Amino acid sequence: MAGVSIRQVNKLYDGAVHAVKDVSLEIHDKEFVVLVGPSGCGKTTTLRMVAGLESITSGEVLIGDTVVNELPPMDRDIAMVFQNYALYPHMSVFDNMAFGLKMRKFARAEIQARVKQAADILGIHELLHRKPRQLSGGQRQRVALGRAIVRHPQVFLFDEPLSNLDAKLRVQMRVELKKLHERLGTTAIYVTHDQVEAMTLGDRVVVMKDGLVQQVGEPLELYNAPANRFVAGFLGSPAMNFVEVRLAERGGALWAEGDGLRIQPLPEQAGRLARLNGGRATLGVRPEDLRIANGSDPEGLCFEADIEVIEKLGAQILLDTRAGSHTIVASVEPTVRARVHDRLRLAINPDRLHFFDAANEAAI
Amino acid sequence: MIEGAAWRKWLFFYLPLAVFVIWLLFPFYWMAITTLRPDGELYRPWNAKNYEPFWTANPTLDHIMLLLEETLFPTWLWNTMLIALVSTLISLVCGVFAGYALARLKFPFAGSLGTGIFITYLVPQTLLFIPLADVIRNFRLGDTPWALILTYPTFLIPFCTWLMMGYFKAIPKELEECARIDGASRWKAMIYIILPVAVPGILSAGIFAFTLSWNEFIYALVFLSSSEQKTVPVGVVSELIRGDVFYWGPLMAGALMGSIPVALVYSFFVEHYVSGLTGSVKG
Repeated sequence: MAGVSIRQVNKLYDGAVHAVKDVSLEIHDKEFVVLVGPSGCGKTTTLRMVAGLESITSGEVLIGDTVVNELPPMDRDIAMVFQNYALYPHMSVFDNMAFGLKMRKFARAEIQARVKQAADILGIHELLHRKPRQLSGGQRQRVALGRAIVRHPQVFLFDEPLSNLDAKLRVQMRVELKKLHERLGTTAIYVTHDQVEAMTLGDRVVVMKDGLVQQVGEPLELYNAPANRFVAGFLGSPAMNFVEVRLAERGGALWAEGDGLRIQPLPEQAGRLARLNGGRATLGVRPEDLRIANGSDPEGLCFEADIEVIEKLGAQILLDTRAGSHTIVASVEPTVRARVHDRLRLAINPDRLHFFDAANEAAI
Repeated sequence: MIEGAAWRKWLFFYLPLAVFVIWLLFPFYWMAITTLRPDGELYRPWNAKNYEPFWTANPTLDHIMLLLEETLFPTWLWNTMLIALVSTLISLVCGVFAGYALARLKFPFAGSLGTGIFITYLVPQTLLFIPLADVIRNFRLGDTPWALILTYPTFLIPFCTWLMMGYFKAIPKELEECARIDGASRWKAMIYIILPVAVPGILSAGIFAFTLSWNEFIYALVFLSSSEQKTVPVGVVSELIRGDVFYWGPLMAGALMGSIPVALVYSFFVEHYVSGLTGSVKG
C-alpha cells in the first residue's frame, strides 16, 4: 500500500493545449480520492498520467516514495478500471483475471487461489468460464474490478467505471465499490463527472475545471463551504441559486440588493463583505436553505416570488419561482400546498448564505 | 424486411434476388457446361436443328483429361499456389506490423506515411511492370517464381497495411492500455491481446491478398516465359489460345479448376471474412 503524490504536474498536448495546469495533490495511504469536474477539465488526463498512459510534461508523480515519471505502466504496481471495461474479448473471465498474474509469472496455484478469492468477493464465481460478450453490463464491470483486485496493487485507478451502467445498477455498484474499498483498504483514485458519485464515494473530493484544481476537501466541506462559485454550482442537485447583487449600506446595516430581492446578511458575514460596500457580488443559496416564510421571519431575509413550475419528487417538492428577473428554485416539504402562479413569500436560512466575488468568483 | 401481402415479398424480394443470383452465377454455369460439353456440340452452328446452348446430353471429361495430360496444368496449379501463398504470407506479416504501427504508435509523419503507402497502391500495374521488369532483370530473377513472389507484395503490402490499419483503429485502445498496466510490454500486449482480437481482420486481408495474387495476370505474363514456370491464368491463356484458335473446352476446364481453390478458401473462412470487413469488436 502506498500514497500518491502529484506535484505541480502539467500536461501540454502538442505544446498547445494546456490540459492540466500545476496540479498538486497529496493522496494518503488507504484514501479514496475522487476527481470530479465537467468533461475536458483534465481529470482523466491527470489519472492517465498517474497510470503512465500519458507522459508528464512537467512536475512529478510519486507512488509511495518512488518518482514514477519515467516508469512504464507495468512497473508502477497499479491497477486500472476503464469506463468501457476493456475486457479481453477472446479470453474467458478466468483468463481475463489471470492475465496480469500470468504476465508477472505467478505460480499456477497462486493464480488459481487469487482469482478464486477475487471471484468470491465479487460474487462472480459461476461466470469464470464465460466469455465477456456473454455477460451483462454489471457482470462485466465486476470482472473488470476482479481483474484489478487479483493483483493486490498499491493503487487502484478508476476512470468513470460506472458511466456505462443504467441508473439503478450504478447506485448498487457504487455501494459495492465503497464496501470493497473498506474491505481492501487500497488507495484509490476515482474519476467521474457525476457529483453524486463523487460525494458518496470520496473520502476527499477534488473538483477540477479547465485543468485547474478548484478545491480539495471532504464532501461536506465542499458542499457547505465551497471555495468559489464554480464548486458551489457544480456540487448539489438541484444546483445552488445565484443572484447578482449590489452591496449597499442603509441605516447602518449592509444590504445585498438584487433584482426582486433585498437581503440583509448576518453581522459576521456583513463584516467580511464590508470591503465591497457599494460594489457587486453574487449571492448563492441552496434550494434546501429556502422555505416558505412565516410571520416571525425578519424582513431582511424574506422575498416575494411567483411559482412557475412545481416538481413533485415525493420526498420534497421543488418550486421553480421567479423573483424579479431571477429564477430561484426552492426545495420545500411535501406537505406544502401550492399552485402554479401563486405568489409566495420565501425565507432564507441566514447561516447558509454564500457570497462570491463578482470579479474572481471566489467565496467571501 | 418487406411487410404486407405475400405477393409483395415475392415481387420486391425474391424476384430481384433471383435476378441477381442468375446474373452472378451464369458465367460460372457457362464455364462448367462448356467444360463438360463435347467438341461436336461446342462447334455446332447456332441455326442447326439440334442446337442446344444451355444444356448437354452427352457430358464428357475429355477436356479435363486433355488439360491434365497434354498441358502442364498441374505444374501451373502448383506454381500459382506456391507464389500466392508465399507472397500473401510476406504481405500479411508486413501489413499487420505496418498497420499496427500506423494505427497505434505516435511518430513523426505517421499520417503522411500512411497516405504515401496508399498512393503507391494507386499506381497502376500496367505502368509499374516496366520499371519492375528492369529490376527483375538486374537481379536475374526472370522466369523464376521469385520474380512474382517479390513483386506481388508491391501491391499486396499497401493493401494489407490499409485494411489492417483500419481494423486496428477500431479496436478500443483501452484493451491495450489495460494489458500494459497488467504487466505486458507493448510487444506482448500486441501478441496476446491485439492480434487475437484482430484475427477476423487478418483473415480478410489474407483472403484478399491470396485472391489478388492468384488471379494476377500482367506481372506473370511479363516475368515468366518458360511453360513449366507459368501460373494458371497465364498458362491457360497462352497455351490454349493458339493464334486465332480457341480451345474453348480445355480453356473453360482450366478456368473452372483454377477457381476452385479460391472458392474453397472463401467458403472456409466466410464467417470470419464478413465480420472482418464489417469491423467492430464488441467487448
